[in-house]
Amino acid sequence: MSEVSPWVILIASIFTSNILLTNFLGMCSFLACSRQVGTALGLGTAVVFVMICTAALNWCIYTYVLIPLGIEHLWFIIAIAVIAAFVQFVEMFVERFSPTLYHALGIFLPLITVNCAILGASLLMITRHYGFLQSVAFGFGGGVGWMLAIVLMAGLRQKMTYSDVPRPFKGVAVVMIITGIMAMIFMGFAGMVKI
Amino acid sequence: MANSPAPIGGCGSGICCGKGKETFKAGVWVTNPIAIQILGICSALAVTTTLMNSLVMSIALTFVCVGSNLFVSLLRDVTPRRVRMIAEVAIIATFVIIFDLLLKAFYFEMSEQLGPYVGLIITNCIVMGRAEAFALQNPPVVSMLDGFANGIGYTIVLCSVGFFRELLGAGQLFGYTIMETVANKGWYPQNVVMILAPGAFITLGFLIALYNYMSGANDPDKETSP
Repeated sequence: MSEVSPWVILIASIFTSNILLTNFLGMCSFLACSRQVGTALGLGTAVVFVMICTAALNWCIYTYVLIPLGIEHLWFIIAIAVIAAFVQFVEMFVERFSPTLYHALGIFLPLITVNCAILGASLLMITRHYGFLQSVAFGFGGGVGWMLAIVLMAGLRQKMTYSDVPRPFKGVAVVMIITGIMAMIFMGFAGMVKI
Repeated sequence: MANSPAPIGGCGSGICCGKGKETFKAGVWVTNPIAIQILGICSALAVTTTLMNSLVMSIALTFVCVGSNLFVSLLRDVTPRRVRMIAEVAIIATFVIIFDLLLKAFYFEMSEQLGPYVGLIITNCIVMGRAEAFALQNPPVVSMLDGFANGIGYTIVLCSVGFFRELLGAGQLFGYTIMETVANKGWYPQNVVMILAPGAFITLGFLIALYNYMSGANDPDKETSP
């Protein structure tokens, strides 16, 4: 088990090793849902919530079920099943108890199952041998980092509606290049903490 | 075979319903999974630091895509519509595990380098998208071809990104030195940013722009806001 403090992991996964800008996870929904700040914020919140819970849940299942039974090679299929089931459960729960939240968050929930940032966080925390608290911190930090990136990008894209982008670059191409510049800026945080 | 609904073209004769060529062309170029549909970007960015990694990842994706398309297609008549997603994910995950175990057994170093990205093929939207959009409605052989074509389309983009990143970032191709770097008393000053994360985004951005330029996409009639 690695000895890094959960606080360091939390800060590091938001800034220095942002899950989107350095691990490239969750790009599909990042590109598809970053047109408006409101949408980006909604999706971001849902991702943060699901990521904390699935990180905790998956860690427990891996440590207390898969390792004692010696079936670590089934880890991928178990991880994705847990995520899919959890998202389904949250959707039903929210629909039943808070219709307002359901309408705000509802459409984003099914999108989350296929957001590779969620599965990526679960796979990475096992690869890096995190403990329970470290995994939860990583899930939280990863989610917040992802939300930060998508909200920033949505703000930029709203402004960009008024700019004259060369024709072949319109759409995804220019968004990619901006993301690249954003990643460079985030590299400036690299001196802050190391994991 | 000829009775199944066909989204692309009409059903002709032969083992591929006479639409093998169209399917192949669509997967590789016309609706290229990365450049046009913008699917499966994560792995395209993450593993392309060297050409070799790009190639192995492409083989993995092509393998999973062909295999899962075959089985989704074979099971398409017995899968209830409501649980089809779970069924698809289970089939895809099975193939990913097979490939992961093969890689670990024969090329352990490569498996260490690719890290979690092999596992992430499960949520790679290309595989899921092809299973959902093509294999569910089409007979097995042509579905396999579709998976293969999309795999090739993915390979082309991934290897181009890997080519530029390894060449400009390390002066090497497949690990062989092409341009002697300054660090080794050569003439080429290494551009380290190409190996790091920003290089991936920028290379892919320019490649998509190049694709748009060549295929005449983004023409004024169907302009979209950036």
